[in-house]
Amino acid sequence: MTLFGERVPRVEDARLVTGEGRFLDDLGQDALEAAFVRSPHAHARIVDIDVTDALDVEGLVAIYTHEDLEGRAAEPLPLLIPHPTLTHGRTPYALAKDEVNHVGEAVVMVVAGDRYAAEDVCDRIRVDYHLLPPVVGIEASRGGGRLVHDDVPGNVAAVMVQETGDADAAVDAAPRSLELDLAIERSASTPLEGKGVVARWDADDRSLLVHTSTQTSTSVRQAIAAKLELPVDRVEVVTPDVGGGFGVKIVHPWPEEVLVPWAARRLGRPVKWTEDRREHFVSSAHERGQLHHVRVGYDDGGRLLGLSVRFWHDNGAYTPYGLIVPIITSTQLLGPYKVGAYRVEFTSLYTNTVMVTPYRGAGRPQGCFVMERVMDAIAADLHLDRTVVRERNFIQADEMPYDQGLVFQDGRPLIYDSGDFPATMARLKDLVGWDDFPAFRDRARAEGRRVGIGLACYVEGTGVGPYEGGHIRVETDGTVVVSTGLTSQGQGHQTMLAQIVADELGVPFERIRVTTGDTRRFKYAVGTFASRTAVMSGSAVALTARLVREKALGIAAQALEADPGDLEIVDGHVRVKGAGGGTVSQVDLGAVAVLANPLRYAFDEAAGRATQFAAPADPDVAPVGPGEAPGLEATGYYSPTRSTFANGMHAVVVETDPDTAEVRILRYCVVHDCGTIINPMVVEGQIHGGVAQGVGGALYERIEYDSDGQLLNASFMDFLMPYATEVPTVEIDHLVTPSPLNPLGVKGAGEAGVIPGSAAIAAAIEDAEGITLTRMPISPSELFHLRKERLVEPVETTEGHT
Amino acid sequence: MKPAPFAYHRPRSLAEALDMLADLGEEAKVLAGGQSLVPLMSMRLASPAHLVDLNQVPGLATVDVGAEGVRVGALARHSQVEHDTASYDALPLLRQALRQVAHPTIRNRGTTVGSLVHGDPAAEMPAVLMLLDGSVTLNDVNGTRDVAATAFFKGPMETDLRPGELAVGASFRRPPPGSGSAFVEVSRRHGDYAMCGVGALVTASEGALSAARVCLVGVGTRPVLLDLAPALGDGVVDDEASAALVDAAIDPETDIHATADYRRHLAHVLVRRALAEARTAAEARAA
Repeated sequence: MTLFGERVPRVEDARLVTGEGRFLDDLGQDALEAAFVRSPHAHARIVDIDVTDALDVEGLVAIYTHEDLEGRAAEPLPLLIPHPTLTHGRTPYALAKDEVNHVGEAVVMVVAGDRYAAEDVCDRIRVDYHLLPPVVGIEASRGGGRLVHDDVPGNVAAVMVQETGDADAAVDAAPRSLELDLAIERSASTPLEGKGVVARWDADDRSLLVHTSTQTSTSVRQAIAAKLELPVDRVEVVTPDVGGGFGVKIVHPWPEEVLVPWAARRLGRPVKWTEDRREHFVSSAHERGQLHHVRVGYDDGGRLLGLSVRFWHDNGAYTPYGLIVPIITSTQLLGPYKVGAYRVEFTSLYTNTVMVTPYRGAGRPQGCFVMERVMDAIAADLHLDRTVVRERNFIQADEMPYDQGLVFQDGRPLIYDSGDFPATMARLKDLVGWDDFPAFRDRARAEGRRVGIGLACYVEGTGVGPYEGGHIRVETDGTVVVSTGLTSQGQGHQTMLAQIVADELGVPFERIRVTTGDTRRFKYAVGTFASRTAVMSGSAVALTARLVREKALGIAAQALEADPGDLEIVDGHVRVKGAGGGTVSQVDLGAVAVLANPLRYAFDEAAGRATQFAAPADPDVAPVGPGEAPGLEATGYYSPTRSTFANGMHAVVVETDPDTAEVRILRYCVVHDCGTIINPMVVEGQIHGGVAQGVGGALYERIEYDSDGQLLNASFMDFLMPYATEVPTVEIDHLVTPSPLNPLGVKGAGEAGVIPGSAAIAAAIEDAEGITLTRMPISPSELFHLRKERLVEPVETTEGHT
Repeated sequence: MKPAPFAYHRPRSLAEALDMLADLGEEAKVLAGGQSLVPLMSMRLASPAHLVDLNQVPGLATVDVGAEGVRVGALARHSQVEHDTASYDALPLLRQALRQVAHPTIRNRGTTVGSLVHGDPAAEMPAVLMLLDGSVTLNDVNGTRDVAATAFFKGPMETDLRPGELAVGASFRRPPPGSGSAFVEVSRRHGDYAMCGVGALVTASEGALSAARVCLVGVGTRPVLLDLAPALGDGVVDDEASAALVDAAIDPETDIHATADYRRHLAHVLVRRALAEARTAAEARAA
């Protein structure tokens, strides 16, 4: 029986739900603890730091400022993803030097016996600031009247243009055209577990062991080695259980990932820092905030002829992660459509706020919102069904692979590998009952209820390179140990990868143990982001398992005196095909592992069977042949030419309260195509979580800065992550169009659920209310005010914008 | 998010607790359920030098139902009051409101009296105490005093409790026969503090209202108790007259969750809904 495609229960769950998880704060109980004095101002020069009052706090071990840092640790943190158009990239120092650029920027590091004492010390440190004018929000920044960084004119980090054809001319020449101004406000990843680091310096070995709650342990390792000027082989980084990442933990090294190991080495004692919720809100990263101006030209049938988009992206105070978010927005905005001539220009702007780096969806929710608002506006203008306008613009299945003519976030051409958008739409219409909705609306209206339906489509570039790898070793007891370098944040990687190996190697699922994100086990990896694990590590361990299988068959062939081509591996045993289960004709993989490693010393019973004197051997043949290696193990890598492209479509039915303007989601339907599915339960779990975050982004979550750059809702009391009570039941149908790009046919599934949330929910509210929505999220209070404006100006609302 | 240093005290009797509070005065805060105090301390928004933990004091986890009404002791958890059948039979408004106080896990620890003493102007239980003509019993080493709800809540997070005093209980009085009640609110998420909430208590006989009162939360610096008698005519509440009374009584503010205008609008909607539900409840109890 193959496990690929089966609803195998997650091996992670029993441990995690019974409190046996091992998260960062569970570690380092013997460690000193760090806390940070962070800037209370959005923009200021540091005049003086006075620690006098703090020195007598019991438990104080050390206080550090930028002046204490030396060498590369004192330099700005790396700009991880440079780009030719990022002409004014800026990154922070691990501890602020002279100037702070957002509330929450770390200024002083305190190490004490415990976190309580460390915070007591922080309370007593006085930092004098000279206040500078803060720049908050895109409108304030793009004026350029006030500067975030003195040496960045106009606050412009980058301007980037991509075009296919002359879009503006195409819009001008089109029979019909529209202009729209659209906005998506700031949100944040907000994993339930914040960041955290424990570092241990081994003075005898002159090496560091660092545990950190990251999405990329291998790259953190390289970064720490570089910053602390240590040989890379003196640093190991391990990722324990991680309580969610959603993008924020792919950024690295965070200041604390440099400072905690630095302090551990300097003090010769283990040091730990666990981020608290308030710190996470003001010193990690946010995302989403963009303003778009769109011009679109189309014919009388709603077919797009030209699309010209100019948008402004708020990148916050620094750009360590380069332009990934706006590049993704600018390319993935196109969705499943042929838009005719396309031009996109974005300006990435500095503001005195927390920096912006990818959050699940990574720029796509904004792009999807813009494109889908355009589709709905065209439908309204032409009085066409919203699905019809979309269908008329879909790329067709027989046009795959389809080249959109742009450059994607990985620097490679934006070529959709597969997908059948008309089929996906047909399934969505069936699932939600699109054609029956008018009757439902009429019945509801008769009861005094307002209901509306909306939909949104997206295409998601997934599985970006450059590579991932796998290592598989069969132990002498038959256990199969699988390692991949990228990390896990609870997605179910251990289960999913074990399913693949079980099938490829022919071993029982229960005998497989999977390790991720531990540089002691696997040194080469990129990380977990961009819905890439199934594509990248899934393919890598499949290829690796095939290498191990080949080796096992070769060794077993000698033992069984058979041709490797006549052998198969079933249930952990190599046997002659069709020979049944006789002991003579089969050998278990553990025994093959014994044979794969000729030994001198018999340290246990299995080893005894493998010593040089245990079995008759040809005295003229080397125990390990040329080109061979001992052990039943292999390392393999997978590196694709370019990204896979998953896609999906969501439809939402909402009810709005005519009196209170509350919005209730009655149905949430998803049709999803992530290629072949390894474990439907895991994929559906990913969709459920993504939809929850999409609902959050549409109706609840919003980062609220005031004009001074103070974050007004740095807590889960006021930053409204939806509870289970706010998340609807998600109805899911899958369409499978396998990717031709990898051995498994998979695409990614991690981010999909979140992408069309704001677009689909906005459309549904618009449909229920007859009010045009141009910005998300929306609260009941805002809907109430939009209704009032409509009463004041009863002009046509949904019928076109020209 | 770790509290500043504080001394922890665990009295074993009410007398010991009152002695401690007399000694410590303004330096002390009382810990009961800790659902508001502990987060405030963790964020260092409150840094009391002394914490007096009531949880080992016997005799305070009480819910007593008598002819006068329901008396709740200082250590009675919200969930204990919510699930007390005799209390529900006597005063359905208690459960109607408590079901909207945060979430079950918070109600399992948070105390009703603690919520009253905390005095959050968006909290439900202060409004319930006002609607039910309740009072808070305050003890100190010198004796005891009962403060009527209308005098107890003074402003946001501000009550008549003085240093050295302990709120040992609260009394909710039975309304006249023929009464019905309701509590409705609109919050951003289930269990959040309400953007606006309204408790209503009406008295009806043979389909006609003889009394109607509402108490609004989230639209002022303290719960806003409003007697709608002036708007009662022919046994029904006149919506326009009632709206005018509501408008004059409330003073909502704008924050990141809702504008003042929206809160004002909600107040009108919810007063109508609460009155309608309360009337239905009164009729159901009469039937």
